[in-house]
Order: sequence, then C-alpha cells, then structure tokens
Amino acid sequence: MSALWVATIGTSVIAFLLKYSGHSIPERFLSNPKIQRINALIPIALLSALVGVQTITEKTKLMVDHRLAGVGVAVIALILKAPFPIVVLSAAITSAAIYNWF
Amino acid sequence: MSKVASTTFRDSLSVSLTVGAYGVAFGAASVANGFSVLQSCLLSLLTFSGASQFAVVGVMGAGGNPISAIATASLLGVRNGLYGVIMAPRLKVRGLKRVITAQITIDESTGVALNQESRGADAMRHGFYLTGFGVFLFWNIFTLAGALGAQAMGDIRAWGLDAAVPAAFLGLVWPRLVSNRDRAIAISAVALALALTPILPAGLPIIATAFIAIVIGLRP
Repeated sequence: MSALWVATIGTSVIAFLLKYSGHSIPERFLSNPKIQRINALIPIALLSALVGVQTITEKTKLMVDHRLAGVGVAVIALILKAPFPIVVLSAAITSAAIYNWF
Repeated sequence: MSKVASTTFRDSLSVSLTVGAYGVAFGAASVANGFSVLQSCLLSLLTFSGASQFAVVGVMGAGGNPISAIATASLLGVRNGLYGVIMAPRLKVRGLKRVITAQITIDESTGVALNQESRGADAMRHGFYLTGFGVFLFWNIFTLAGALGAQAMGDIRAWGLDAAVPAAFLGLVWPRLVSNRDRAIAISAVALALALTPILPAGLPIIATAFIAIVIGLRP
C-alpha cells in the first residue's frame, strides 16, 4: 500500500474514532479548562506552520519564490476583509503571473 | 421530527453552502499535493473535517511520511471529539444513529446548533443535523469538482495553485487570530517550523509547533 493510501485511510479511521469517542465518554473527562484552552490553540499553531512550510520551503530547504508573493497578496486581502474565494484567487493569480512572466 | 423553524433552516443552508464550497479548495489542494481524485474524495467522505484534511495533504505534499501526516491531522481532529462531548447530552442517540451523528460532528454543525440554543432543544437538533448533512453533501460535491479541476490543469504552478493552497490554510487560520496571544502563537509557529525545516524530516517541523500551543495553553 502506498504512503498516500496509508495517510488517507489512517487519517480517516482516527478522525472517526475521535468524533465517536466524544459522543461516548462522560463530559467530565474533557471539561478541564487547560485541555479546552490547548485544544483551541493547537489549530492556530499547526495551520500557521503549514502556511509557512507550504509558502517558503521546498523539500527540506527554505526557498523564496512566486508563492510568497501570492500569499503576501492573500494577507493583504484578509486585512481588507475579503471573502475566502477572493483571498485564494488573488493569491493564485499573483503567483501564476509571476511564475509565467519572470 | 417537529417543524423546522425557517431561521434555523436559513442558518443551516447558508453555512452548508459557503463552507461546502471550500471543498473546491481542498480537492484542488489534495491533487496538487499528489493525491489521486479517488483519495481526495475518500478523505472528504471519510475524514470529513476540513483542517485535518488540509493538514494530511499538506504534510504529505511537503514530503512528510504518513505517520507525521496522520499525527498532525489527528491533533486537529481532537476538537471534533470535544464537540461530541458537548452535543451528546443534547442529541441522545445510540447505535447506527450515533455512528452517523459522530461523522457529522464538526465545527459547523456544532456551531449552528449552539447558535440555536435560545430557540430551544428542537431547533438545536435541527440546526445540527441540517448543517451536518448539508456541509457533508456540498463539501463532497465540491471536493470532486476541485480535484477534477486541478487534475485537468497539468502544471499547477502555472495556475498559481501552489500559492492558493497556503492561502487557503491562511484563510482557515485567520478568523482564529483574535487576540495578541493568538497572533504571537501564529508567528512563532511559522518561525519554528521554518527553523526546523532544514534539520528535521518533512512533516515533523509542523507537528513540533503543537508544543507552542501546549506550553502557552498550560499557563494560567
């Protein structure tokens, strides 16, 4: 089985078990405020790290290229409170323009 | 089932359509990171949790191994378990119904349900199921569309998809950056992940940033 299949099936199985366990365990186990707080902060850390890695790395090297310009424009769009599709499209158009013309 | 209030119906439908449409971004990101159209659709059907799905394709696309991809996605999936804890006493379902209910326990179904709290227990239940099934339907249709679209593109860089993917992650995390503490976590996570990239195998720099969240979350 290829690595991509392992990732696809493994993620799906654990995602379901996490959802199902929530419906099956008593509330008091997870009512600890520290657990709640960490849980709210983990997506911020992991998703931000993903943004950084997908924007300025290539395999195990740091690399600044057309992608950074695209994501830079996405930041501006977000600051201007643009809706999600505009954010993604403006990043794609900027990045593609630089990639194709330079 | 008792009559569904029109406000509950409207809330559920608008969330389902808007969020479901993000499925295009996931389908495209998944194929851009090397997953097949079938694998992309299975992730949306079976994992059915946006942030986890983006994480698994992002980590694999960055050259990570499946263990770090699964671990990153699972850390992001823990919150669905917490939503289950909140919703279980309000929905009270068993057997097959519990299996189906668990699968659609996500940010949106829980969010809409809790927003209906002032309208009573029925409205909460309606909001949960309408939004859960609605997002499930649209998310999967749009995933297929995005995956097929990206597959037809060929060189994804020429279409800007390699920048659209991190921009989509950014769009997911942006609304969560409410306080200065949140922004500090986001910036230190980017810095840590980039600093570790030349040192650690791909995928690990991303999961390592969970420690920032744990350390800051443990402080009083």
